[in-house]
Parts: sequence; C-alpha cells; structure tokens
Amino acid sequence: MAKEYPVKIEAHEFNFYYGVKQALYNITLSIPERRVTAFIGPSGCGKSTFLRSINRMNDLIDGTRVDGHMVVDGTDVYDKDVDVVRLRRRIGMVFQKSIPFPKSIFENITYGLTLNEKLSKSALEEAVESSLRKSALWEEVKDRLHHSALGLSGGQQQRLCIARAVAINPDILLMDEPCSALDPISTGKVEELIAELKDTYTIVLVTHNMQQAGRVSDQTGFFLMGSLIEFDRTRTIFTSPSKKETEDYITGRFG
Amino acid sequence: MINDVVTTRPLPKRLLGFFAVLLAATAAFAVIGLILGMVGTFVFNGGGGITWTFLSEFPRNSNTEGGIWPALAGTTFLVLLMTILGVPIGTATAIYLSEFAKQDSWFARSVRFAVNTLAGVPSIVFGLFGVGFFVQFMGTGIDGFLGTSSFGDGSLLWASATLAVLTLPVVIVAVEESFRAVPKDLREASLALGATRWQTIVKVVLPNSLTGILTGSILAVGRGAGEVAAIIFVGVTYSSESLPSAVTEKFMHLGYHLFVLSTQSPDVDKTLPLQFATTLVLLGLTFLLNLTAILIRSRLRKR
Repeated sequence: MAKEYPVKIEAHEFNFYYGVKQALYNITLSIPERRVTAFIGPSGCGKSTFLRSINRMNDLIDGTRVDGHMVVDGTDVYDKDVDVVRLRRRIGMVFQKSIPFPKSIFENITYGLTLNEKLSKSALEEAVESSLRKSALWEEVKDRLHHSALGLSGGQQQRLCIARAVAINPDILLMDEPCSALDPISTGKVEELIAELKDTYTIVLVTHNMQQAGRVSDQTGFFLMGSLIEFDRTRTIFTSPSKKETEDYITGRFG
Repeated sequence: MINDVVTTRPLPKRLLGFFAVLLAATAAFAVIGLILGMVGTFVFNGGGGITWTFLSEFPRNSNTEGGIWPALAGTTFLVLLMTILGVPIGTATAIYLSEFAKQDSWFARSVRFAVNTLAGVPSIVFGLFGVGFFVQFMGTGIDGFLGTSSFGDGSLLWASATLAVLTLPVVIVAVEESFRAVPKDLREASLALGATRWQTIVKVVLPNSLTGILTGSILAVGRGAGEVAAIIFVGVTYSSESLPSAVTEKFMHLGYHLFVLSTQSPDVDKTLPLQFATTLVLLGLTFLLNLTAILIRSRLRKR
C-alpha cells in the first residue's frame, strides 16, 4: 500500500444490504488522498455499490441498510448528524450514462453552484471556464456555451459531466464506469483527464475494463461476490497478485 | 412420411378457421364503420348548421332558435376553472407517488387504490357528491362563515370542483407517467451535485415533465368537457340571458344544452338541426383536445 499518502476515505467492516440480500461483506480498506483508486471485478460483485456508499447515493433505493463504518475525512458518513446533501456537495460523482441536463452547457456547469447561493455573472463565467479547462473541454465548446448540452458528442458529454462535478469544488471524485459507453478515442481523453485531475482530487474509479485500471490507477481493489478479495498497488495486483481469485480474474480465466 | 405433411387438413377444419378470421375481421370493420357512421351522420346533418351566428348568438324562443354561444362559453369557463382547481392537486399527488412514496408502503398503495377506484365511479355519483359535499357542506359552510348567500347553491365554481375531482385520476396517471419517464440518471446527477430532493424536483423533474402535465390537463379537459351527468345538479342551467359574471353564478353547457334540446324542448323536431350542430361542435371540441394530447404525447415519447 501507498503509505506515504494520507488516508482520505476509510471503510471498516462495512456491510451493505438490499433488503435481505447482502451485497457487501465486511469491507475494510483505506483510500489515499490525491491518488487514483480503481475497483475491478465481474458484474454484480459490489464495486459500484461500494462506490455509491461513499456519498450515500444508495440511500435513494428503498430498503437498503448498512452497518460498519464509512469514514471520509475522519467523519463516519452514516452518522446520524451527517447532512447528506452537504456530504454530496463535497464529493463529485460521474456516472456510467453521461446524460447532461437538457439545458445549455453553461447551465449544466453552474447547476450545482447556484443551488444555494446567488453568484455574480462574472463569478459564474469564471467557474464555467475553469471547470471546462480542467475537464479539457474548454477549447471545444467555448463558442457555444449557451447551446444545448445535448448537442455534444458522447465523449464531450461525459467530459461535461466531469466538469459539472468538478465545478462544485469537491475533494473527491467518484467515477462509476465513466468510459463504458465511450469509443476508444473519447476513452483515451477521459483517461488523460483522470491522470491530470488526481493532482487535485482523490479519485475513486469503478471500471469493468482491467486495462483501464492498469493504465490510470495507483492502487486497485478486486471485488468478488460482495467481498474485497485483494487491495494493493495496481502494479502488484496485475503482476503478482497474492490471491488465486485475483489472478484468475486478471488473466481472463473467468468474469 | 412426407405425404403426411403435404396432405391438406380436412375441409370442415379449414372452413372453421376461415370463418373465425372472417368474424374477427368483420368485428374490426364494424367498429370503424360505427365510428365513421356516427361522425358522418353528424357532419352530414349538422355541418350546415354551423355558422358564425350559430356559434356567437344566444338561444332564442325557448331554445328552439338562435345559437349556442353561452353554452360554448360556459363549457370553456367550466373546463378552465376545473383545470386550475384539479391539475395542481393531481400534480402534487403524482409528485408524492413518484418521488416520495415508498412504492410498496401501505399509504402509497391506498392512494393508488383510491385513484383507480375514483376512475371507475359512475359520473352521476360525482354529481351527487358535488351536491352533498361542495354545494351543501362547503358552500353553505362558507356562506355561514362569510355571511353571504352566494355559495350555497349550484354554480360554475362547484361544477368545476366536481369535475376536477372526476378528472383527477386522468391527471394523476398522466403526470405520474411523465415523471417516471424522466431518466433516473438525471435525478441522480442532480442529487450527486448536492441538490435536495425538492430542488431536484423543481429544477430537473418538473421542467422535463411539462409536456406530461400539459397532456394530463388536455385529457382531463377532453373528459370534463363532455361530462353532463356529473354537473347536472351542481350549477348548470338550461337557459341564460347572459354569460356568468362570477364563479358563483350558474352557467350553460354544451352537453347539457344538447340534453335540454332533445328532451325538454317544446318542439323537439324543430330543434333537430340545432341538436345535430351542437353535437358536432361538442364532438369536434373533444376530438381536437384528444388529438392535441396524443400529438404532445407522441412527441414526448420520441424524446
């Protein structure tokens, strides 16, 4: 493990249930600050459930239940006193399906910013430009900021969603299979972006693409049937995994 | 062996199959025929009666001459007020059902059961409910409270309220459907950016369901415009010298006017052309409203 980086997110004996069905079993791990952490594993292994537990997006599903601890910056996010809305404001999220709001590019990015405060026009313009620059989209869209975001290509839409998440100034970026609907060129752009963003943000990435995990992440966790089988430096996971299941999975023997 | 396959089925069986198809096709044609026949009859007999004077003048001589203007205007006022009263309540219910209720909770199930039951209640029952609840209970209550005497009788207001209740299921179903058509991903994206549930509903769900709310309203108007039984006791009148100037006044209505022309007129035969023309106007109005709703809905689906 990369011990030299401070811990940002820490799960301890974390269990998750959809009704009576348990989806995560005793997950314990530490995610370091300003690094890219990837979770891999076959469909239904619990990697997305774990990711969505960090900013409590799973609360939206009826009948879910957790026990154990999920600690972000020293606070258990499932504590009774935690304001979920404020928690989510500190954690940006990018989804598999990158549907922008059916509004203009400008409005998409300012959506999160204008929820609770009224910012001046110049402050908003500044925020839009800086978010779009960070997500490497500025040059492509600067002349049509007030056009509908739905006119952008799939890859551009996904980078817009990243810009939208970055605009609220989070410390953490959660990415749930952000490239699974993208072509290889767009995927490459998003991966470059991830590499740049990790200087500023703690990035947690769920991917079903092992090569992607190998390319962009610093450490990788392998989930299988709701359990975290192995969590280590990405290079270690891919070259000399210590568990047989991990080796079977990364060599393509199943999954 | 191969002969078994090429051997044709016995004649009686083939005949039976042929007649079954024939019967089904005839039934299908009969339906089209009925509708075309009905519309055709009214267009043929009533088409000539629709003139500007017919649409813009008051009835004369105990409804045996003149036009339908107050009925047309009254119907319009009625459905407008009905929409204003019913659509917000229907939309609020739909918001609750689609955004807040736990889908299998006791309360959500009760609401759904109530909505479905409401949709199946005969409209005359709504009419009686309107008299009992709106006119006698609420109206008299308001009069007693304010010291007025204008609410305790059937009026445009109570008829609209009755129709609003009657069309509530239509609105709720249409609006809820359009809420559910808003992708889950859009809601999640909004919540993940730190929006509250209400902010998400106001800024994302509602703007994306406006067409659905509009469709619901138009369907409700289409249903309400043609409804007679429900308003018969709560404020409709068979003749009027002027248009209603307040919501507490009585009003004329196309459907009720038709009923009056065909059953209560001193000379029913003389009013026959008026009946055909009035029917055609009512038919055209409902058809137009439904067509608009269908067009909006199909555009909504395409998106």
